[in-house]
Amino acid sequence: MKRDRITECNDWFLQRFPLTKLWNEHMAHYYAPKNFNFWYFFGSLALLVLVNQILTGIFLTMNYKPDAKLAFDSVEYIMRDVSWGWLIRYMHSTGSSAFFIVVYLHMFRGLMYGSYKHPRELIWIFGMLLFVALMAEAFMGYLLPWGQMSYWGAQVIISLFSAIPVIGDDLSLWLRGDYVVSDATLNRFFAFHVIAVPLALVLLVFLHIVALHEVGSNNPDGIEIKDSKDPWGHPVDGIPFHPYYTVKDLVGVGVFMLFFATVIFYMPEMGGYFLEHANFIPADPMKTPEHIAPVWYFTPFYAILRAIPDKFAGVIGMGGAIVVLFLLPWLDRSPVRSIRYRGGIYKKALALFVISFIALGYLGTQPATPTATLVARFFTAIYFGFFLLMPLYTRWEKTKPVPKRLTTTHSLEEQLGHLPELIEEITKIKAGSTEIGHAAFKSSFFAIRPNPNGIKNVISRVVKNVKGSLD
Amino acid sequence: MNNKGVDQSKRQFLTSALTVVGAVGSGYLAVPFLAQMQPSAKAMAAGAPVEVDISKMESGQLIRVAWRGKPVWILNRSSQVLETLKTLDSELRDPLSLESLQPESSKNPERSIKPEILVAVGLCTHLGCSPTFRPEIAPNDLGDKWKGGFFCPCHGSWFDLAGRVYRGVPAPTNLEIPPYRYITDTQLIIGEPAEEQSA
Amino acid sequence: MKNLTALLLLLSLSFGVVASEGVKLQEANNHLTDNASLQRGAKNFVTYCLGCHSIKYIRYLRIALDLDVDPKKVLKDIAPEGANIYDQMHSAMNAHDAEKWFGTQPPDLSLIARSRGADWLYSYLKSYYIDPKSPRGVNNLIFEDTAMPNPLWQLQGEQYAEHRKNIFGEEYTSLIMKEPGTLSEGEFEIFVNDLVNFLVYVGEPVQLERQRMGKYVIFFILMFLVLAYLLKKEYWKNIH
Repeated sequence: MKRDRITECNDWFLQRFPLTKLWNEHMAHYYAPKNFNFWYFFGSLALLVLVNQILTGIFLTMNYKPDAKLAFDSVEYIMRDVSWGWLIRYMHSTGSSAFFIVVYLHMFRGLMYGSYKHPRELIWIFGMLLFVALMAEAFMGYLLPWGQMSYWGAQVIISLFSAIPVIGDDLSLWLRGDYVVSDATLNRFFAFHVIAVPLALVLLVFLHIVALHEVGSNNPDGIEIKDSKDPWGHPVDGIPFHPYYTVKDLVGVGVFMLFFATVIFYMPEMGGYFLEHANFIPADPMKTPEHIAPVWYFTPFYAILRAIPDKFAGVIGMGGAIVVLFLLPWLDRSPVRSIRYRGGIYKKALALFVISFIALGYLGTQPATPTATLVARFFTAIYFGFFLLMPLYTRWEKTKPVPKRLTTTHSLEEQLGHLPELIEEITKIKAGSTEIGHAAFKSSFFAIRPNPNGIKNVISRVVKNVKGSLD
Repeated sequence: MNNKGVDQSKRQFLTSALTVVGAVGSGYLAVPFLAQMQPSAKAMAAGAPVEVDISKMESGQLIRVAWRGKPVWILNRSSQVLETLKTLDSELRDPLSLESLQPESSKNPERSIKPEILVAVGLCTHLGCSPTFRPEIAPNDLGDKWKGGFFCPCHGSWFDLAGRVYRGVPAPTNLEIPPYRYITDTQLIIGEPAEEQSA
Repeated sequence: MKNLTALLLLLSLSFGVVASEGVKLQEANNHLTDNASLQRGAKNFVTYCLGCHSIKYIRYLRIALDLDVDPKKVLKDIAPEGANIYDQMHSAMNAHDAEKWFGTQPPDLSLIARSRGADWLYSYLKSYYIDPKSPRGVNNLIFEDTAMPNPLWQLQGEQYAEHRKNIFGEEYTSLIMKEPGTLSEGEFEIFVNDLVNFLVYVGEPVQLERQRMGKYVIFFILMFLVLAYLLKKEYWKNIH
């Protein structure tokens, strides 16, 4: 009987491999809090982008040549002569920017809901190691197209190491394998980019998830769902990851792909942010472009580097900006995890931190004028202030009482449902507006006019809400 | 969690629909990845038709040109060789080239457009080694039966001077004849079919 | 509102040719879907540019396929003599001579539209002027001390730079046509536009195709999204 044969094969396999056990442990019987919101999409999306990068990367490697004489040509060869090479390359280049967008949002989620706090310190450490590995991966990958930005970007970043006292010069020479960035550098960066760092990334993702599933996921309320269980031992406020979060994450995947495809097919350069204009000029060791800036995802750290008027201190500042993130679980002394139950100080501090991070990111793309440097110093101070003052203000501030069970909030879709009401409030329909004259303008679209009173009401309500939520 | 009001058939339908859309999407996504392993425009440019001048070829001379990176032989056969070819049919596996690869214009006993000029891809149809050109008759190493031809050193396949395979050797079919045509009497283009000439 | 727009337009026109440190670029009016323009541009490029500048990342065959021209016609009308349809568009000049004549090697222009942008190219080609102080006798408003002599001077004619002050006292330079060339101003604009259009195409030959394809991909993803959303809603209706 055919059916029996299949069952037999299944049994043979399952007796030798714990597939069912793994599936249940990590999907079907892994209980996740039921109140995950918008911010909880980015973990699975980061995994999706990683898969995209590895897959497209493998296929790019088939036609890319890690040779200073051939690299630039081979990228254009992929873009033009290889069938569909352009699509795979754009998926990879857009993917690298998407990776950082997703990861920054994922990390911000951690900051909001205290996902790094006890007992999830190790998850955070693995995550930070992932972030560092990702930066290394992106930096080395960016050299490979061997354009002007690739070349001079690598030159600048490797020169940072020469700021280290005593061993600095020898270290940067050793990293390059030559007196300047050259073929040797390109070749070794290629090796690191395609095999060494990706292996580390995959390993760290594995560790990140294993550690997460050991202690269980945090949630927007920042309380442990394990504390209240039903008679069968399942968390009352938990739901199995599969099918609930697999179907939910599929929606996230769909929305993400929508944005991703739009960039790939309609704006792969993203106005010079994802693919920089100067990188369409082959690397020329004799001539630096007029204005060099790293790719957008490095610019906050680059701005910190430039803001400090001393080479060694600048490098320390830049490295410190990342190291300080590692220490977060121990800097935060607040008794509560989630921003929902913290006091106003943390909320304001976090808002300031986000503003300074974005501002530094913008300043890093701009030429370093004296004013810009001054502003960058101000925001650098805020950046570090957020972390270094944390032991003080998180301990002092008054927190709100934490509930025993998860609270329900309005989901994004419910809020979207109020959109028509909102539109109605801020517009008024101008009926029979004949004085405009031309018949073509009398369509319903043109008849809708903004309602100043309505808009004023909405704005004052938003401001009140924002003010209220910051206390 | 209760299962009250769960519409199993709706779930089933949506799951199936999503699976189908996902599968079709993955299928489409696979196309670029597989297609990018096809020969690129550069490979196709390198594999472009090759022009060969045969005006200086002497009788019995073999020249090799590369077409799509493969060795292509052009052999100028004497009338004596053409006579010998006619006597070999009984020893050959496919003397009329019924099962072998060649353009219609070369599907004849000489396997060529002009009888004396043979154009063939110099790769054994067994496993792709390039046979050696052995025009001499009955040399010591190949024995009395050798009437001149191509001998494959890899697995010992025999071909005559029309590229036809002998019986009892590993190669299954005659040597491949590439598409080619005459631009002038002494000018060949390899890689473009002869049929186009009339067009 | 209308008056305000008109005023702004007037202002922007009158200050359009600002030549302080950041020279204002003129807007190219090129359309990739205009096949005839691309073909003229290709021809213009081969006649006026290919002598010194290669566009080595594109093949004649690709141009024939993308612009929907018969390959034989491309060889006859566009490509220089003796070119093969599979050839990449290399320049005839060798690098050594180029260094000797211009002091630098004329760059390959395959990606110039991606690094500089269409407007820059358009403005650059139109902004040559006679400058007795420059070693080459000509200079460029957009790219000062450019190593390239004006390849199109016979078509455009000779321009002179005049330094003026606007009503706010800011200095600017405008170019005045002294000796008209063989093309009228309108014809020359079309000529440069065609050339720029062709270079934009060469910068990324696949761009039209990818935009065409994008619609279908996005539609498909939307379909996926709707189904995924409905499924999610179905599963989650009992979770409160």
